[in-house]
Amino acid sequence: MSETITNDDHETVDEGKRDFIYIATGAVAAAGAASLAWPLVKQMGAAADTLAAGSIEIDLTKVEVGQQLKVLWRGKPVFVRHRTAKEIKDAVDTDIAKCPDPQTDDERLVANPEGKLNPAFLVMVGVCTHFGCVPVGEAGDYDGWYCPCHGSHYDTSGRIRKGPAPTNMVIPPYEYLTDTSIKVG
Amino acid sequence: MMVSIKKVALSALALTGLVVAGTATIAYAAGSYESSYEMKHKHWHFSGIRGTYDRAAAQRGYQVYREVCASCHALEHLSFRHLGDKGAPFFMEEFKNPNDNPYVKAFAADWQIPDIDPETGDDIERPGIPADGFPDIFSNPAAARASNGGSYPPDLSVIVSARNGGADYLYNLLVAYDEPVPKGMEMSAGQHYNPMMEGGKIAMAAPLQEGLIEYAPQEINDHGETKTIQVEATVEQMAADVTEFLAWSSDPKMEARKSLGMATMLYLLIFTLLLWLSYKRVWKDVEH
Amino acid sequence: MSGHPSTYEPKYAATRWLDQRLPIIRMGADFMGFPSPRNLNYWYAFGGILTLCLITQIITGVILAMHYTPHIDFAFDSVQRIRRDVPFGWLLQPMHAVGASMFFLAVYIHMFRGLYYGSYKAPRELIWILGCVIYLLMMATGFLGYMLPWGQMSFWGATVITGFFGAVPFVGESLQQWLLGGYSVDNATLQRFFSLHYLLPFVIAAIVGLHIWALHHVGQNNPIGVEPKSKKDTLSFHPFYTVKDAVAIGLFLLIFAYFVFYLPDALGHADNYQRADPLKTPPHIVPEWYYLPFYAILRAVPDKLLGIVLMFAAIAVLFVLPWLDTSKVRSMRFRPVARWFFIIFLVVCFLLGWCGKESPDNMVFSVGTNDAGDPMGLNFLWLSRITTLYYFGYFVVILPILGLVEKPKALPDSITKSVLGSHKKAEA
Repeated sequence: MSETITNDDHETVDEGKRDFIYIATGAVAAAGAASLAWPLVKQMGAAADTLAAGSIEIDLTKVEVGQQLKVLWRGKPVFVRHRTAKEIKDAVDTDIAKCPDPQTDDERLVANPEGKLNPAFLVMVGVCTHFGCVPVGEAGDYDGWYCPCHGSHYDTSGRIRKGPAPTNMVIPPYEYLTDTSIKVG
Repeated sequence: MMVSIKKVALSALALTGLVVAGTATIAYAAGSYESSYEMKHKHWHFSGIRGTYDRAAAQRGYQVYREVCASCHALEHLSFRHLGDKGAPFFMEEFKNPNDNPYVKAFAADWQIPDIDPETGDDIERPGIPADGFPDIFSNPAAARASNGGSYPPDLSVIVSARNGGADYLYNLLVAYDEPVPKGMEMSAGQHYNPMMEGGKIAMAAPLQEGLIEYAPQEINDHGETKTIQVEATVEQMAADVTEFLAWSSDPKMEARKSLGMATMLYLLIFTLLLWLSYKRVWKDVEH
Repeated sequence: MSGHPSTYEPKYAATRWLDQRLPIIRMGADFMGFPSPRNLNYWYAFGGILTLCLITQIITGVILAMHYTPHIDFAFDSVQRIRRDVPFGWLLQPMHAVGASMFFLAVYIHMFRGLYYGSYKAPRELIWILGCVIYLLMMATGFLGYMLPWGQMSFWGATVITGFFGAVPFVGESLQQWLLGGYSVDNATLQRFFSLHYLLPFVIAAIVGLHIWALHHVGQNNPIGVEPKSKKDTLSFHPFYTVKDAVAIGLFLLIFAYFVFYLPDALGHADNYQRADPLKTPPHIVPEWYYLPFYAILRAVPDKLLGIVLMFAAIAVLFVLPWLDTSKVRSMRFRPVARWFFIIFLVVCFLLGWCGKESPDNMVFSVGTNDAGDPMGLNFLWLSRITTLYYFGYFVVILPILGLVEKPKALPDSITKSVLGSHKKAEA
């Protein structure tokens, strides 16, 4: 659309040619505006101290058999449970077809650097997937966890078995640094 | 006579500027006593628009801080993980997350951090982790004063920004202890003469002595490769190194700032030029 | 809304619908098409620059407020955290701090432009007065904001300035304690200063709206001070002055960027990197550079209350300037005598700034010592007094008298004539 801006003397700025200089200036301006917007948007993201607190190392030797360590990670509790042999057996022997959220116990574990799984330790985010309450350990109909808020029952692998929660308790990202220590996050 | 207002304003500005500059050359004086001390102006690696921190010097400076200054001075705004950030003395490309940097972990573990035993609730001390901040040296300011003859050892994390003269001031403070006390100045017990202090009297005894520490025999580059070095711990060397480290501590983002600055200035030069050409184009056929 | 007829014609049904209910696009179109004198020089770009400054300060300020903690135990640390840990905090915080200085630099140039070209004269008195209100609000905002980092200068500067209110007769002490929220500058003071610092820029934005509305109602002044007589004398604001303002903004941003990236602390004080300590006063308490002339005027007077009164009077006198200057000629281009007094006024303002920075006892220059061993010559106290005298004399004596006795140069008939005339000279 060709337009001219005039006053009575017909002094015009002929925009019909869409001068290269205007396009170049406009493009450079747009690039500048985008570059300027980047820090303004980025600054709301997690700051370095939040990110630093976002990963923790846990020494597994501190947790005895049949005991659970509860650690705050990114504002949420992480359960590190040293499972008994019976708990491990129950977790493995479950018919997962009957579970509302089918998942084998192996799928809920992380291998060490050699590729070996360590079923003795279950690491999961201790937050009920229904509305976010913290379930109680060694409770419920499946000898795992029970959430008192709305009655969800979890088994010894942290899988939902009965109750309103839709999915199993979340396994956080973690890795084995050595055979006896893990880094969560 | 039609004198352009621009020209006149500019010459007025220049004139005032000259007067100010002339008066500003009045020498840096230490109180009202005659001091013959001439400040040494070092060329710092980080000065200028493209300056960066001398990584090796800052690494040695951390060692000086740890072994000498940390007996009294805290670094309250620094956490151990900062030592592994981009632009920091111990940054390693391989460990973008400084929590994983092995040197950061080692340095953190070298400090005892007050904490609470989660089982008994007692006050304990435990080795540091990267996410911890550098700990306080004294439990509170009163304790700090009591241990230092009534004077409070200032925190060093922003000391280079907090003093007029910055790095030059700090370096000269550390090396000027040998200056003779001027005639007529009386020093009380617990006071030492230093021409850099306003008034000439400082409560801190000379912190650096020849051979006080033995520098670690290697410097680490940002790929984790070590290079064997042999640096002698003279007073001037330690002063320069700890100043480099504390300069980084005061302004850890300086390198990022200067590099973005270069890109921004170039962009703005080009953009302003384009705007000016657009201006010329818009006004080409207009009487003005 | 403006004194000029609107020429906007909505082209689409949707814009016609909107125009009948809320003529906001009309307002924008009228703004862009506003007939502006064709002879505006670059000194007239500072209004646009100031708008950019206000927007920049608001955006960076709102962002900083997401990370800052307005409590005396956390404020200083939160600023350090912004500089070290918040993504791009190391850029945004200096932008805000340097931006404040740039804001004042631009406003001073803008004001001096107004003084030189007589932009405060009828019918633009209210634009000028609104501008003075904006300037006052800017000074308040800057003062409130400087306290927030809770450094030594923050604390002691606030102590000194709030101390002024204690000098008011009879109610001074109660007034001061009411302002402080206590007996001295403390957490109550910091928190309310933060609240007000967040509020005032939006008040400034509203007054800027009125300032621009008033401007558009009467039209801009121009360097020769002769009102546009016909359409020939004017050009549409867009694209002629949008592009010219853009060039000026580009240059301004270069200066701004240089300070932000290479000299971020040059305009501040090292002492403000020390945490506030109510028990230790810094050896030299100085405000930020843009307050220095007024600080000099304050200290020029031996009496505390009179010094405060005179300091406020130095700003108050600006409000009544339209009625003090008796000249019928607007622009100093045609007032050769007044121009020299203006230049001296400009130098005086710089000197006042210098005096504000220096200790009153320091010598500007000395010519030896007297019998008691004291240096003789001119000290800053007396320089402040001389320059303060000229500052007030300029407004209260010189401008009123000059307007009546000065013989101005002949004014051009019109803007176009003056513009063509200068071209002829260039060609000759």
